[in-house]
Amino acid sequence: MNEAIGESVATPPRLEWQVASVVSVTQETPRARTLVLAVPRWAGHRAGQHVDLRLVAEDGYQAQRSYSIASAPADGMVALTVERLDDGEVSPYLCDVVQPGDGVELRGPIGGYFVWEPAQRGPLFLVAGGSGIVPLMAMLRQRGRADVAARAQVPVRLLYSARTLDDVIYRAELEQLADASQAEVVLTLTRQAPPGWSGYHRRVDRTMLEAVSWPSSDEPNVYVCGPTSLVESVATLLVELGHAASRVRTERFGPTG
Amino acid sequence: MQTEELRLDGNAAGGVLRELFVQDMTAALGTCAGCGATGPVATLLEYGHGMGIVLRCPTCDTPVLRIVRTTGLLRVDLSGIRFLSIPSTIDE
Ligand SMILES: Cc1cc2nc3c(=O)[nH]c(=O)nc-3n(C[C@H](O)[C@H](O)[C@H](O)COP(=O)(O)OP(=O)(O)OC[C@H]3O[C@@H](n4cnc5c(N)ncnc54)[C@H](O)[C@@H]3O)c2cc1C
Ligand SMILES: [Zn+2]
Repeated sequence: MNEAIGESVATPPRLEWQVASVVSVTQETPRARTLVLAVPRWAGHRAGQHVDLRLVAEDGYQAQRSYSIASAPADGMVALTVERLDDGEVSPYLCDVVQPGDGVELRGPIGGYFVWEPAQRGPLFLVAGGSGIVPLMAMLRQRGRADVAARAQVPVRLLYSARTLDDVIYRAELEQLADASQAEVVLTLTRQAPPGWSGYHRRVDRTMLEAVSWPSSDEPNVYVCGPTSLVESVATLLVELGHAASRVRTERFGPTG
Repeated sequence: MQTEELRLDGNAAGGVLRELFVQDMTAALGTCAGCGATGPVATLLEYGHGMGIVLRCPTCDTPVLRIVRTTGLLRVDLSGIRFLSIPSTIDE
C-alpha cells in the first residue's frame, strides 16, 4: 500500500448536492431526450452509476429522482437520457422544459454494485427494457473505447426490449456497433413493429433468453435494467436457466415505459 | 398500479446511504436479521412511503433498513440487519 495516498484513496469525497448546468439537449426518440451536463465538482464515474437529481419548486416542494449516466467515464462529460412519462412529476419537466443554460441540482456519481469494469473478463450480456438501456450504454461506450485485443476478451450481446422501433434509444449508435461487429444487438418490440420486421415482436421470455444469452457454462456477466416487472422476470428466468444469481446484476427503474 | 411495479431496489438508495456511510453501500453485503440470507444491499427491495424508504429482504420480506427524513433529521432503523460487510478500499 502506498502510504502517501492511502488516506485519499480510502476516503471517497462526500456526496454533496451541486448545481450542474445544461450544456446541450438532444432528442433521442419522440419520448426521450439526452441532457449533457457540466458538473462543477465531478470526480469521474464508473459505467453503470447514476446521479440523484432534485427539482425544487418556488414554494419549497421537492421532487427527487435517480438518472443513470449514459456517457463513458472517459467521455469527459456527464450525459443523462430521460424518458418522458406523460403523467410523471419530474420526467416531463426534464424532457420538455429544461433548456441549455439552465441549472439542475444533482449529486453523484452513485453506485458500486451495478457497475461494469473493463477488467471483468468474460462475456457481457446486457438486457434492457426501455430507458434501462442508459447505464448499459455507458458500459458499451466504455468497452468501445478499448483496443481490439481488450475487446476480444469481452464479447458483448445486448437484448433490448422497446415498445416500437421509434422508441429505441441510441438506435443509430447501436446499429453502428452491430455493423462494426463490436456488439451483437438483438431488439424485441413489444407493441407495434414496422412492416417487414423480422426481429422479435413480443416481451422477453424464456425461449428468447435461451436463444440470445450465452449458456450459463460460459459464465457471462449479466446486467439487467429497466422497468421493475421486466427486470424481475428476466432475472428469475436467467437463474432458472442456470446462471448464478451473483452474476446476474439487476437495477429496477420502477414503473417506467 | 400494483405495488410490485412501484418497487425499486437498493441501487436507488445508494445516494441516501452515502449520507449515512459516506462510501458506497450498494455493493456491501448485508445479512438479514430475519432469515440470515446474505446479499448485496443493492438487491434489497426498496419501497417508498411519504417521507422515507424501507429496504426489505428479497428472501423473507423482513424490513432490513428503514430511513425517514423529517425536518433537520435523518432517522434510521437498522434493526433488520444482523451484519454488514463493506468492501474496503484501504488495504489493497
Ligand atoms: C437507479 C435508477 C436509475 C434510473 N435511471 C433512469 C434513466 O437513466 N432514465 C430514465 O428515464 N429513468 C431513469 N430512472 C427512473 C426515474 O428515476 C424516474 O422514476 C422516472 O423518470 C419517472 O419519474 P417521474 O417523476 O416522471 O414520474 P413519477 O411521478 O415518479 O411517476 C412514475 C409513474 O408511476 C405512477 N405512480 C407514481 N406514484 C404512484 C402511486 N403511489 N400509485 C400508483 N401509481 C403511481 C405515475 O402515474 C407514473 O406513471 C431511474 C431510476 C432508478 C431507481
Ligand atoms: Zn430475510
